[in-house]
Amino acid sequence: MTILGKKVPMMLSLVVWLAVWELVGRSRLLFLIPPFTEILKAATTVVTNAKFVDAVIISLKAFGMGMGIALVAGISLGVLMGRVKIVEQSLSMWLNVFVSAPLTAIVPALMVIFGIGQTTVVVTVLLFAIWVITLDTQAGVKNISPSLLEMARSFGASRFEVYTKVILWAALPEILCGLRLGLIRGVRGLVVGQLLIAIMGLGELFELYSRYFLMDRFWFLVILVFAFAFALAELVNYLERRIEFYARTR
Amino acid sequence: MHRATGAARAPCLSSPEGFQGALIFCDSASIRVGEPTSNLKLRAGQLSAKQREKGVRMPIVLRRYVNQRFLWRLVSLCLVFGAWELAGRKPISIAFPTFSSTMLALADLIKEGTLSSAYAVTLQPLAIGVLIIGILGVVCGIAMGLSRTFEWFTLPVFIIVQSAPMAALIPLITFLYGIGLAAKVLAVVLMAAPVIVLNSYKGIRNVNPSLIQMSRSFLGNRQQEIAKIIIPDASGLIFAGLRLGVASGFIGVVLAELLITPTGIGDLITYYRAIAEYPSMFASITSIIVFATVTVSLLQWLENILFRPERRGS
Amino acid sequence: MGGISRRASELAKEENNNMQNSPIIEVRGISKTYEGGCEALRNLNMAFPRGELTTLLGPSGCGKTTLLKIIAGLLELTRGEVLIEGKKVDGPGPERAFVFQDFALMPWATVLRNVAFGLELRQVPKKERLEIARKYIDEVGLSGFETSYPHELSGGMRQRVGLARALAVDAEILLMDEPFASVDEQTRRKFQEDLLGLLETEKKTVVFVTHSIEEAIYLSDQVALMTPRPGSIMKIVNTKTERGRNPEEVRRDKKYLDCVEDLWQILKQYLV
Repeated sequence: MTILGKKVPMMLSLVVWLAVWELVGRSRLLFLIPPFTEILKAATTVVTNAKFVDAVIISLKAFGMGMGIALVAGISLGVLMGRVKIVEQSLSMWLNVFVSAPLTAIVPALMVIFGIGQTTVVVTVLLFAIWVITLDTQAGVKNISPSLLEMARSFGASRFEVYTKVILWAALPEILCGLRLGLIRGVRGLVVGQLLIAIMGLGELFELYSRYFLMDRFWFLVILVFAFAFALAELVNYLERRIEFYARTR
Repeated sequence: MHRATGAARAPCLSSPEGFQGALIFCDSASIRVGEPTSNLKLRAGQLSAKQREKGVRMPIVLRRYVNQRFLWRLVSLCLVFGAWELAGRKPISIAFPTFSSTMLALADLIKEGTLSSAYAVTLQPLAIGVLIIGILGVVCGIAMGLSRTFEWFTLPVFIIVQSAPMAALIPLITFLYGIGLAAKVLAVVLMAAPVIVLNSYKGIRNVNPSLIQMSRSFLGNRQQEIAKIIIPDASGLIFAGLRLGVASGFIGVVLAELLITPTGIGDLITYYRAIAEYPSMFASITSIIVFATVTVSLLQWLENILFRPERRGS
Repeated sequence: MGGISRRASELAKEENNNMQNSPIIEVRGISKTYEGGCEALRNLNMAFPRGELTTLLGPSGCGKTTLLKIIAGLLELTRGEVLIEGKKVDGPGPERAFVFQDFALMPWATVLRNVAFGLELRQVPKKERLEIARKYIDEVGLSGFETSYPHELSGGMRQRVGLARALAVDAEILLMDEPFASVDEQTRRKFQEDLLGLLETEKKTVVFVTHSIEEAIYLSDQVALMTPRPGSIMKIVNTKTERGRNPEEVRRDKKYLDCVEDLWQILKQYLV
């Protein structure tokens, strides 16, 4: 979009939206939508609250553990599936089911099995994230040009070297794509898990703020979680852009 | 022509193109604004080096190939269900039911009609929501693709929203619309909107430029261009977006039923959990997973038929 | 078939006056059937003389690339054996280097690293292998591009990188699988001339696969004509031309043109 002949960067439209938000909030049209400036002010109250710090730590721990396991297991499984046809044929059906299934339905079952605590949240994050990571890794490994692998073998590469020097690098664009989608899903898993459990972490705070209609704090929390997910996704995006130069010529 | 990166970047899940007949579902890829599209060739069905060494499989009898795949799926199903059965007997947890008891409970639920009445309730907001956001979302996506000004206003919002856990907004919905049908419809709309809009947008933006040039060379005007070239060419991605939207819609309706107020399937799950009838609870969960999978698979099959004749064999 | 190839290897032996008598590569009774029943090669026997450039020529699908990859150790054979220097081999080895039709360059690595890759896999210390790589990058005419990435190079340049990589490991045998097929015509001619120039200094045995008759005759010392699937050796033709002659002269020489026509007549029969 151009104004007076000068190109306006797209992200500025967000400023416009924020202005709209402010106006809507001030007019008290819906009590649900407080002015943006109030949300920013609420930030200080929320952040200094000890409960908040605890909640964040608990959530980050759960998220970190769940994502860590999902990453390691997902990539390994994906590579295995990409290289060994038998594994692929037996597992790909399940992969395709779970990558799009409403996994939220499983969370109550997880609560029943693992109890109402941190473990359930970790398992939720793990389950939400792992399928897409595996699927994308598998796609990346399968898409490797066969002559690249033959080349490595023809120059005497050992099995290990083929994996570390060729396969992982050649599949890296897809692996990062899977990682990005997995992170997004993982955050969703974190939120869903904590909302359903509702007695700890951010879920507890969400519940608290909405019950007492502390909308400004609630929105701040929402924005925080959104920003977290966005930041993670952008981080991986940055990495993807760094390796884009070769993704195109494979 | 200024294009935004779309499906092309990583062939894996950034595009709705599947490979080897696998069902690919993904959140829409990150749209980076203002960069030229890179066109990666999707090497669908490419054999791994190992397979190439062992020899390219000649397409002799299709049946033989299908049977082999079918066989492995059967084996895999048996293994998983067998493991489930064992896990239930071991038991992993007193609450974890065996496969057999779950299946029996499922049979009961179907027989008594509890399942069908539950779905009748659950599917309402899903269908309404998908219908609303399907039409609105596609129109919005097309508008974003065709109009730079509209894109300027709306794209950044959707870029942010595509990575956001919309689930966090669910508690808010209750305030707006209470706990009735409208709330659940809104939940479906919220969850499905980003993926439908962004896929339609991508579809419009990624139209083959040669086709547009061809239309202009034969003196077509803009309306003809849009109606005869752009929209048909984009329809593949648009439909894929709708498919992904339905998948997201399922997630939305289940979330709504578990978080806002239990009705339909969510009610079954919560109820059986409350009275500790675990086989029935797990049966309900299994049923919704199966239902969602089957629905989305049907859509994928439809998509293959309508838009991808070269993949009909899979 | 067996009779012809025995005669061929005798011929080959007679011709190698200045070099050792035994062929450096010998393939005996090679049969290859792919999974799914496609029989690519049947009872193929052939000997490749040391220090010479032999081309495998034949119609599409006759199995020439299959044979080449079997010699390279990249494909399993169904029957038969491959002997290098009289010893049976059944996998890749340091005495053979392969040049790929689609270049097989690692797109995330610089030209320098790509060329040094074979040495890297042999655990040659970094400084040494980069030095060797630079030398060969220079030899193929790419000096100045050491830090470029494959996506910044043209097709012809990428193949030079592939060639440099194969030369860098100093293997006695070079196996080239239609290396100039993905390159444009003008570059291709230049390449052929450059390759001959390189081979004057490097003294390697080369097995070359192509479906271009002109290229086969121009480059090789002998051409092995292959039958269509299932492939075996139909005829071996001596095409040695005087080295060091002006390439333009060679391409217009009567003997050369006659040879091209003869081979074309033979191959034409198999075109459907």
